[in-house]
Amino acid sequence: MAKIWIRQAVLRALDDAMTDDPSVIVMGEDVAVAGGPFKVTEGLLASHGPERVIDTPISEMAFMGAAVGAAVCGLKPVVEMMFIEFIGVALDQLTTQAATMRYLSRGRLTTPLVVRASAGAGQGFGCQHSQMLDHWFRGTPGLKVAVTSNARTTYGLLRSAIEDPDPVVILEPRVLYAEREEYEFDRDYRIPLGHAEIARPGTDVTLVTCGAMRRVALAAAEASSANIEVIDLLTLWPWDRKTVMDSVARTGRLVTLEEAPAGSGWGGDVVSSIAVEAFGKLKAAPHRITLPDAPVPYSGALEARFLPSPAYVADQVAALVSTNKPPLPWWRNAA
Amino acid sequence: MTISNSNSPIARREALQDRLEQLTRMIEIRFVEDRIQKLFAEGHIRGSTHLASGQEAVSVGIARSIDPDDVVTCTYRGHGHALALGVTPEGVIGEICGRVIGCAGGLGGSMHLVEPEVGLLPTAAIIGAGLPIACGAAMAARARGKDRVAVSIFGDGSANIGAFHESLNFAAIRRLPVVFVCENNLYGEYTRIELSTPVEDIAVRAASYNMPGVIVDGQDVDKVAEAMAVAVARARRGEGPTLIEMKTYRYSGHSRSDPATYRPAGELDAWLKRDPIDILADRLVSESILAPGGLDQLKAETRDAVERATAEVLDSAAPDLGEILSHVGASSAGGDQRWHFWSR
Ligand SMILES: Cc1ncc(C[n+]2csc(CCOP(=O)(O)OP(=O)(O)O)c2C)c(N)n1
Ligand SMILES: [Mg+2]
Repeated sequence: MAKIWIRQAVLRALDDAMTDDPSVIVMGEDVAVAGGPFKVTEGLLASHGPERVIDTPISEMAFMGAAVGAAVCGLKPVVEMMFIEFIGVALDQLTTQAATMRYLSRGRLTTPLVVRASAGAGQGFGCQHSQMLDHWFRGTPGLKVAVTSNARTTYGLLRSAIEDPDPVVILEPRVLYAEREEYEFDRDYRIPLGHAEIARPGTDVTLVTCGAMRRVALAAAEASSANIEVIDLLTLWPWDRKTVMDSVARTGRLVTLEEAPAGSGWGGDVVSSIAVEAFGKLKAAPHRITLPDAPVPYSGALEARFLPSPAYVADQVAALVSTNKPPLPWWRNAA
Repeated sequence: MTISNSNSPIARREALQDRLEQLTRMIEIRFVEDRIQKLFAEGHIRGSTHLASGQEAVSVGIARSIDPDDVVTCTYRGHGHALALGVTPEGVIGEICGRVIGCAGGLGGSMHLVEPEVGLLPTAAIIGAGLPIACGAAMAARARGKDRVAVSIFGDGSANIGAFHESLNFAAIRRLPVVFVCENNLYGEYTRIELSTPVEDIAVRAASYNMPGVIVDGQDVDKVAEAMAVAVARARRGEGPTLIEMKTYRYSGHSRSDPATYRPAGELDAWLKRDPIDILADRLVSESILAPGGLDQLKAETRDAVERATAEVLDSAAPDLGEILSHVGASSAGGDQRWHFWSR
């Protein structure tokens, strides 16, 4: 099996989708001639031409909105937002226009578009280039949101998103782009949106996570004395209740591991849903491992503490399993 | 080493009225950028960094034309502007190395330099973000009876974002004391201006908003200052905003990872022949302010000073973990530390 960079999985998914479906176009800043700020669109211009691989001015509102219009009228645009924060200047077009197109037309109009963006912390890009921001989209009925976690999930989710009839946001953890791993491409491989996967089976506790935290969860599970089942949620909206529910029914304990502020992370929804539906099966109160409610710090020492590490996650999970009481997060222990 | 008072941001700003200091500051900016490049290679800097070598005259020309309590908004390409406005080399290098002596205490990094004492709001990493904020600063100045101006510095590529057009219109219609400064360095990321922008001169866009649009040789610090003085005076008189386009060039690529191979052969060399430091040095020699050959000595001294600042930074501490949660809101552990402009 060949070792590939994870960012190659993005390129391969885009290239294959464009080859399979002539209505797929790619738009964004420096995606064509330069091959993409993260080099995930390299070669697309040469293979698919300038009408389908489009460099835009720094005008997110215009190209996000153009994607909406193009999608309604028959194209399948894939928009690159480079850093997910940049969608802030174009948010109306996605969360208010694209998200309501099907609803307002009572199904006569659809917007099959994909917004892809790099997201997340860990590399010292500072507070305006390090967020996940999935809650901006999870909070908008009409949008789907998925987060990639390795080469395979990147390919499988991106292909499904491009084929989906509705607007989908794909968040690609930037820390993963530069990782290499063994992966054999299979152009028929898809991960259906809304399906989670069990990344590691276990018996003591269900650890639900996604994105770059998948690796952290798996490393924590390796190191932990507890037998941890790791679920990669993959799609944050709509999320796979059944897989999580079935797992919790077996383990009796639920922990979420989120690269998100405590106050707005997706785990709040997961925990409340499972607590309501599986109350009688829980041996312990559910627990959430999150970021503190603060912007992402730049300084290396601070950012390393800010993000959950495998050791911290292992400790938190072990504390829950051994005492059946949720431990405090580090920032409340310190206070 | 403690930072002496003469090295405070305010003192450094005031010193900029001196001709020789203007030259020294431009050299300082160049050497700090060079050193940052090296610190990156040495592994002391995380994330990305956007150097402004070649654009020093714009920074110094702006800074010497406004007062410390005029407000400045600026982008991630802000190291030079921060130094010119008065932030110390330790403050800039320290921030970029994530140390507590950095001007944002290590919380911000390369893209987020700040010094309220000299009017610098945190530099923004989102294109266009600073223009509307400058409009608001100008509104506040007027509402509070101050004849302060707000200066917003941004790139040529930023003239294609909605915030540019909305802000120019807003400032014009309300006659706000804002000076919009576009640093046209011919590129936005890896794309040359003609591929993203249908006009060659950003300044022509001022016409749509019925404000003066001025084109300036951004490599000549005196021309920059002259144009700024006119726009600032107009703003202070209550006559409204101006758009100034500084024609300039960034010697390096867009960011650390960009070797700038997309530039046509010879372009960089042509610009290097009009280096802003040389232009001012030659003028100061002809004005007998600088001895012939004095530039070399000034460079040697400044290089030493930047080395000393770097050593101080590398010797200094990282921020405490408590900093993560201390400044999120007034109820954070740090309490209400809001600092109002014009509270002095
Ligand atoms: C809203 C938004 N879109 C895209 C970016 C990514 N980006 C950072 S710098 C840059 C180029 C800006 O070019 P220009 O305005 O000419 O400024 P310069 O870098 O040349 O100083 C881009 C596209 C961003 N930071 N914010
Ligand atoms: Mg530019």
